[in-house]
Parts: sequence; structure tokens; C-alpha cells
Amino acid sequence: MLYHDGLLSQPKVSIGQKLLHLHWLFVILLTLTASIGFAMLYSAAGGDFDPWASRQMVRFGVGMLGMVVIAVTDIRLWLRYAYAFYFLVLALLLGVELAGFVGMGAQRWISLGFFNVQPSELMKVAMVLALARYFHGGSIEDVGRPMFLLAPAIMVAVPAVLIVRQPDLGTTLMLVLASVAIFFAAGVRMWKFVLAGILGLISAPVAWFTILRDYQKQRILTFLNPESDTLGSGYHIIQSKIALGSGGVFGKGFMLGTQSHLNFLPEKQTDFIFTMLAEEFGLVGGLTLIALYVLLLAYGFVIAMSSRNHFGRLVAIGVTVTFFLYIFINIAMVMGLIPVVGVPLPLVSYGGTAMLTLLFGFGLLLCVHIHQDLTIGRRDSGDEF
Amino acid sequence: MHRDSERHKLFSRRALMLGAGQAALLSVLAGRMYYLQVVESQRYVTLADENRINFRLLAPPRGRIVDRHSLPMADNQQNYRVVIIPEQAGNVERTLDLLSLIVPLSGGERRRIRREVKRKRAFVPITVRENLDWSEVARIEVNTPDLPGILIDVGQSRNYTKGAETAHVIGYVAAVSEKDLTGDPLLELPGFRIGKAGVEKIYDLSLRGSGGSSQVEVNALGRVIRELDRQEGQPGNEVRLTIDSDLQHYIVQRLGNKSATVVVMDVHTGEVLSLVSSPSFDPNSFNTGLSQAEWESLISNPKAPLTNKAIAGQYAPGSTFKPTVALAGLEKGAITADTKIHCSGSVKLGNAEFHCWKRGGHGVLDLQGAIEHSCDVYFYEVARRTGIDRISAMARRLGLGSRLGLDLPGEKPGLVPSNKWKLGAVGTPWQLGETLIAGIGQGYILTTPLQLAVMTARLANGGHAVTPRLTMERVTQTGVEPYPDEEAVSIGISPEHLTMVLKGMNAVVNSSTGTARRSRITEQRWRMAGKTGTVQVRRISKAERETGVLKNKELPWKERDHALFIGYAPVDSPRFAVSVVVEHGGGGSSTAAPVARDVLRETQRLAELRPSSGRRQALGEDKGRKT
Repeated sequence: MLYHDGLLSQPKVSIGQKLLHLHWLFVILLTLTASIGFAMLYSAAGGDFDPWASRQMVRFGVGMLGMVVIAVTDIRLWLRYAYAFYFLVLALLLGVELAGFVGMGAQRWISLGFFNVQPSELMKVAMVLALARYFHGGSIEDVGRPMFLLAPAIMVAVPAVLIVRQPDLGTTLMLVLASVAIFFAAGVRMWKFVLAGILGLISAPVAWFTILRDYQKQRILTFLNPESDTLGSGYHIIQSKIALGSGGVFGKGFMLGTQSHLNFLPEKQTDFIFTMLAEEFGLVGGLTLIALYVLLLAYGFVIAMSSRNHFGRLVAIGVTVTFFLYIFINIAMVMGLIPVVGVPLPLVSYGGTAMLTLLFGFGLLLCVHIHQDLTIGRRDSGDEF
Repeated sequence: MHRDSERHKLFSRRALMLGAGQAALLSVLAGRMYYLQVVESQRYVTLADENRINFRLLAPPRGRIVDRHSLPMADNQQNYRVVIIPEQAGNVERTLDLLSLIVPLSGGERRRIRREVKRKRAFVPITVRENLDWSEVARIEVNTPDLPGILIDVGQSRNYTKGAETAHVIGYVAAVSEKDLTGDPLLELPGFRIGKAGVEKIYDLSLRGSGGSSQVEVNALGRVIRELDRQEGQPGNEVRLTIDSDLQHYIVQRLGNKSATVVVMDVHTGEVLSLVSSPSFDPNSFNTGLSQAEWESLISNPKAPLTNKAIAGQYAPGSTFKPTVALAGLEKGAITADTKIHCSGSVKLGNAEFHCWKRGGHGVLDLQGAIEHSCDVYFYEVARRTGIDRISAMARRLGLGSRLGLDLPGEKPGLVPSNKWKLGAVGTPWQLGETLIAGIGQGYILTTPLQLAVMTARLANGGHAVTPRLTMERVTQTGVEPYPDEEAVSIGISPEHLTMVLKGMNAVVNSSTGTARRSRITEQRWRMAGKTGTVQVRRISKAERETGVLKNKELPWKERDHALFIGYAPVDSPRFAVSVVVEHGGGGSSTAAPVARDVLRETQRLAELRPSSGRRQALGEDKGRKT
């Protein structure tokens, strides 16, 4: 044990000791999952590391380093700067929103070399940290008071509105759902969710006519009846289902997917990479990847439940739920269960943005794991560690 | 700490619920995968193959059409065309600018190309210009480095080596129209041509062959990635016609710009050696597409160049019908060879007066003399004695009045009137006067030049029911097979009667007083016999007859008489029959007979030059060529 019960002002633990306690199995599972992605990107390029696989590997390597750095940081540091980080990201979000509005084009991201940082993506992590800190400071009774929930609700609503206006339905959906999961894990009463759900249903028609853009409406309509539009938006879903279905149990073989290699499958290196995997490796390949995800998710839950501080628990559950949402939304989308919303497959799809969010999140998760025995008082805001 | 453990418990409960929810949702995904990849897999495998595999039809080369000596009359020519592939050209407009320095492009062509470039995918070649000549091809090839995306493409197009000379026999091919579609996928190939007239039409299926197919893998844009399978088609069959293209050429030259037809056939086999309808048209231009002006001029030409008058033109046979009338009379016993009739220049029947072509009459004539001089009064009397129904029956036995089944589309049946026919078609009973008119081949009766040739052949071959044909071998859909080697059946005319009539026809040409004496063939072994005919196309009024009938030269072209001649040669052992019809040509003896003489002379000259024109020898020759 790195930290002992009740000892708030423990002497600092060395980086080396922390590294020793890093959840290495989790790291190996991550690398394995990412490697499946590399293989698929290699195949997507027609048997070439260029242009996707090599860049993805470098990105993953750099990201892993960042992840480890975050993991060994003292968790109280994250607790202390949770709100600051949230407001910083919120400011960036407003910044790109204004820039886009002023006429800088539709650029919603800031370039950082290997990574293109999208404030909306960073918000997924910032939100988890901020909510975790908020609920960390509230007692069970506090959580029972509706007024106590007003502040975190606003914390979620403001960035959600900004992001949905971008318009980025997928990210908004994930942000809101992950937040709801944190509210739920923090102990908010069931009936409140039911009430919010009813309110949501009532406001849905309003959203249809005010917030949703035409192409978003089209996607939902197409989802409901993909065959109605075989050459437009429905084309993606239909071709994806054909690719998946034709893969069968064992698939067509590595680099032999006809749907993907003859370009019937759209965006095979990004959003539809799971389809390509399932076409080339069949049901077996698809379920293998899902099994790896299940293991990672399970470790996430174990880490969350093993933490002796509430902040860590909430951070871990927030990260795990976010991870799950990526997986579920993407796979459900490519199999035609939900509309096309543009959410990548975590660790596998080509792209730096989601990779950054995920590895940032996993860094925090591992950080929670390292500090699982550290107890932090309800009123302790990490200021005096 | 106590409070935190409570929080921890609540959290753990909630976390487990979240975990359970996630597990449930992931199970849904796994179930969906099972459904798509196991339950419905086969359906999607099919759909994926439909996506990626395209069947492409390969057009088979169209069978050639050759003449009796295997000289090509319709074959396939390399058609060089220049195409542009927009993707490789980059700047299409600039490339076209450069190309038009070699091949001038009109504004309309540029617009069409621009339209196609926009409509088609960037890697699809677009035809810029077809039918390039050699110098254009060479100049483009030399300049290819400066013409990105420009390619020379070789296609096949139908070429009619004899052009207009054989247009009415061979017909032409043209693009497939909506109503031609039969379900044969070949017909839906862009640029595919089918026979629209003549032999090209009637033997289209055999000439067409069957298409091959190529299975190619395409990507989502339709670009061909690779060929998976290829099945070669069956090239179309070669069709060998009975036409002698040299004779055909000679006849076309001989007719010049007359509106006329000539049919030459073998009296024993029915082989049609030549079938000319003049004027004609260029079938090659139908293949490449006619301009509106060219089409208008073909359509409005009073000489009807598009109509094959040899089978679709229907003319009163005039005096060429007299041998038939004579045979009917002889068979009934109404006359004998020695029956003498006095011709005073006209004969009265009730109130009507029927005139002979010769004012003042011929005096007393027997049958041979009546044929030799083509006396109308004599045949008015023969017809009157014989009756229309017997004349009709004889005409039908000789091949008139119905389609002969020549392998060409558009054959007309002609018309042989009878009592019953008139009641049915006109509604009034037959008049005796009409019988008299029929006796000189005028009135209701109509024949085609082909029927006239067949009638002549049946007279000349001793009364055998020979039928005309246009191919050396029977053409079936899968190939060709020899015609059954059988003698034509007899039509049951007494040989003596036949001899009497043929003697008359001999005298027409070879006696010093015959109507066609000026058109005799001087070479003894090629001598011909025949019968002239001059057919009135207008009514001669009583007033005109009194003041003097107008000469043909004084009449407008459309009102002049048709000139006819039927003939056969050699006289002693007939082998070839000919019919000549010159529309509005004037007299049969002055206009049609000289043509018939020249044609029969040339026919026999060519037959002597190339005795190998017989069927079996030609087959052997053909085999020799192939090896």
C-alpha cells in the first residue's frame, strides 16, 4: 500500500514507487486493443503503414507517455485544479465558438502537432473532473436536495449547448450521458432521472424544430428507414451492414474485405473501422475486440469501486462510462442500431482527437488506481496535500 | 469516515447497476452481430458480390455477308476513334483546344463532350470523334505527349464494300431502338447495331452471334479493378449470298439514274444472281447516322431510293402477261397454236371499244405471231374465250399473286384478280370488259419484278415451280446448312403448250419482225428470248385517241408509260431468267429490252468466266480459303 488509512499528510511517494504500482495489465490490454487498430489501419491503406497506421502508432506512443505522466501525478492535484481546468476548457470552447462565428471558418480545433485538440473533446474529461470534485464535496443529504443539483446541472448544460450548436450531436450526447452516469453514481435519486427523462421527451419536439440542423434531422429520418435513401445518408448504413453480414463467422481474411477495399464502405479508417474488422475477421474478430473492451471496462469498474476516496471513484466511473459510450455508440451505429452520429471506435479508429481524450481519461483512471488507498476528506479540496 | 463508507456503499451499488446496464447493452451488440453475421450472412454475401461484381457483355463480331464467289459485301472495319479520359487529361478544355488543331471540333461537338464529361465519371473514356482517317490517327499518335488523356480507340463498324449497289439486298444496320428490344442483353449494349433492312435484318440473329461475358470486379466508383472471369462469345455466322457482285455492279452502271429494277435468277435453282432497284442509297451512311437534310432528300425523292422496288414495287405486267394468258387459253382448249384471229386495230364489246396498240391493226395472226407482235386484239379474244378465273389460276401457278418467300423483308404479294376477289374487295361482279383488259396484263392485276422473273423462269425451265432464294446455303440461327438437293415440282403445264409459247417469245427477239428484234444477242450461244411490255399509267381519253395519242416524250415523267421486259437465255437450254422494269421509261421494246439484252449477255459472260459458281464447287473453295 502506498497510502495508509487516515494519514492525510503522508510524505510524498516517489515516482518510481508509483510506477511500480501502475496497473500494467490494464496498459497491456490498451496496447493490445490499439494494435488491432494498427492492423486494421494497415489493411485500410491497402497493406501500407502509410498514411494511417504509422501516424497512429506514433500518436499512441506519445499518448501513452502522457497517460503515464498523468497516472503518477498526485490525485489531489487533479482535485484541486478540477474547476480551473473546467473553466479553462469552457473558455477554449467559447473561443472556438466565437472564432467560428466571427468567420475563421469551421475550425473547431487547436493544433498541437500530433494532436488536434478539440475543446469539446477535452470537455469530456474536464466535465468528469469537475463533477467528481463537486459531488466529492457533497454529503448524501446534500445530494438529496434538488437545489444542490442545480449548479452541476448548469455545469453540464452550458458546454452541452455550446457543443450542440457547433453542431456536434455525438459529442453532446456523450457529454450529457456521461454526466448523467456520474449524477447516478453520486447517488441522485432515481425519480429525479425519471422526471428529467419525461421533461426531455417533452422538449424533444422543441429541439427538433429549433436546435437540430437539417442534416441531423435527415440522419435520424434515414436511420428510421435507411432503404429510403440508398444513395444518400442511408448508403453508409446499408453498405456497412452488407460488409458486416458478408464477413460471416470467420471473415474474408486480412486485407481481403471487398466492401472496404473497393470503397463501398465509407470512412473505413475512422468511424466504420469496426465494420472493416468484422468484414475481414468475421464474428470472431468482432467479438474478440468487444471482449477486450469488456475487460478494460471491467477493470475500470473495479478501480472505481476499489477507490477509498469519493473523487477517485467518481472520476473512474466517469472515465469508464465515457469509454463505454464511445464503444457502444460507434458499434451500434455501424450495425444500424442507432443513427450515424460520427463517434469513433476508441483506440482503434484513426484520429488524434479521441485518442487524446481517451488516454487523458485512462491516465486519470490509472491515477485513481495508484491512489486507491488514499482517503480524502469531503471538505478537503486537495489544497493541503 | 463513517459517512464516506455509506457513500461508498451507495456508489458501489450504483456502479454495479451501471455495469449491469453496460453489460446488457453490449449483449445487444453481440446479438446484433450474431444476427447480421450468422443468421443473415448469406443475404449479405450476395449483396456484397452484387456490389463488387459487374457482368460486362462482350459484343461478338457480326458475321460477314459475301457474294456467291465469297467476295465480301458486308464486313467489319476497324473504326478508329479518339477518346478523352477526363481524369488523365486534367484540363479537358485545354486538351480539346490542342486536339482541335488536328481534328477540328465544332461548337456542337464541344458542347456534347462537355456535357458527357460532366455526367460521367472521370475515368470513363468519352468519344470525341469517330471514323478517323489514317492521317488523323497518325498525327494524334505522334502528338500524344502533348495531349494528356487523349487515346486512340479501335472499335468495329459495319462496312458495305459495294455501297449503294447492294443496299437493297443487304440492307443496313443501325442503332437499336426501343421496339427492337427482345430481352437479348446484347441489344442493350451502347453502340450495338442490328440489321434494320434487307439480309442484315432477315438473318440478323444468325449474323449477330452470341455475346461473351466478362466478370469484372469494380470498386464503389465503378472503376474496374480486375477481370475475374471471361467467356468468349460466338462470332456471327458468315452468310453467302447467291448475288454475283460483279453482275450487280454491271447492272447498276447500266441503269444509270433510271428509276428501274432488274432481277436475274437461275431458272433451275432459283438462285437470285442479281437484284437491283435503282436509284439506291448509301447504307454506310445509315450506320454512322444521317443528317436531317440527307434524310429529307431520300424521303422526298420521287424515284423512292429507299424502297426495294424489285420486291415491293407492284406493277401491271402489261404484255409480259400475254404468255400466261396464252397458256391458260391453250389449256382450256379455247385456242390452239393455229387459231387465227383478225386484228382490225380495235374490238367492240357492247358500248366500249378496246384498242390494239397498233393503229390500223395487225391483220390475221396465229398464236406465235400474236406473241411476236404483241397484238392486243388477239389476246382480248383469247381472254374472252378463256375467262378470268382460268387466267388467274395460271398466273398463280406461274408465281404471281402471292409472296414467293424470298429471304428479304418487305416482299409484296402483288394481285391476281378473279371473280371472287372482285366481289369481296370491290363488291361488284366481274365484268367481261375487265377480262379483256386482264388479257393484256392491265386493269387490276399487279406483279412485282421478282414475280415477273420467277414467272419467266418457270416458263423457261419447262414448268417447274422454282422459288427464288438469296443464299447459297440455308441460314439457321446456329449456322448454315446445305439446301436439300431436290428438283422443283412440276406445275403441270403441257410441254407442247409451253413449246408453243416459248417459240413466240423466241420470235419476239429473234425474228426479223419481233417487237424486240433490235435487242437480240448476236452471239449464237447466248441468244435470248423474251417478251416486251408497255404499261399505261394514265387513261387515254377518247378525244385524245381521236386527235392522236401523245408520245411519251411529250408527257411529264410521272405520266409516261412503264417499260417492261421479261427474258431468258440461252434460248436452246435456258439457264437465266431476267425481268426488267423501267418506271416511266416509255416503250418496253425501246427501253427495257436493251437493258435485258445487256444484262443477260453479261450474266452469261461472267458465268463462263467463272464456272465455279455452282454450289458444291463453291463450298470446296470456301473450305480451301479457311485453311
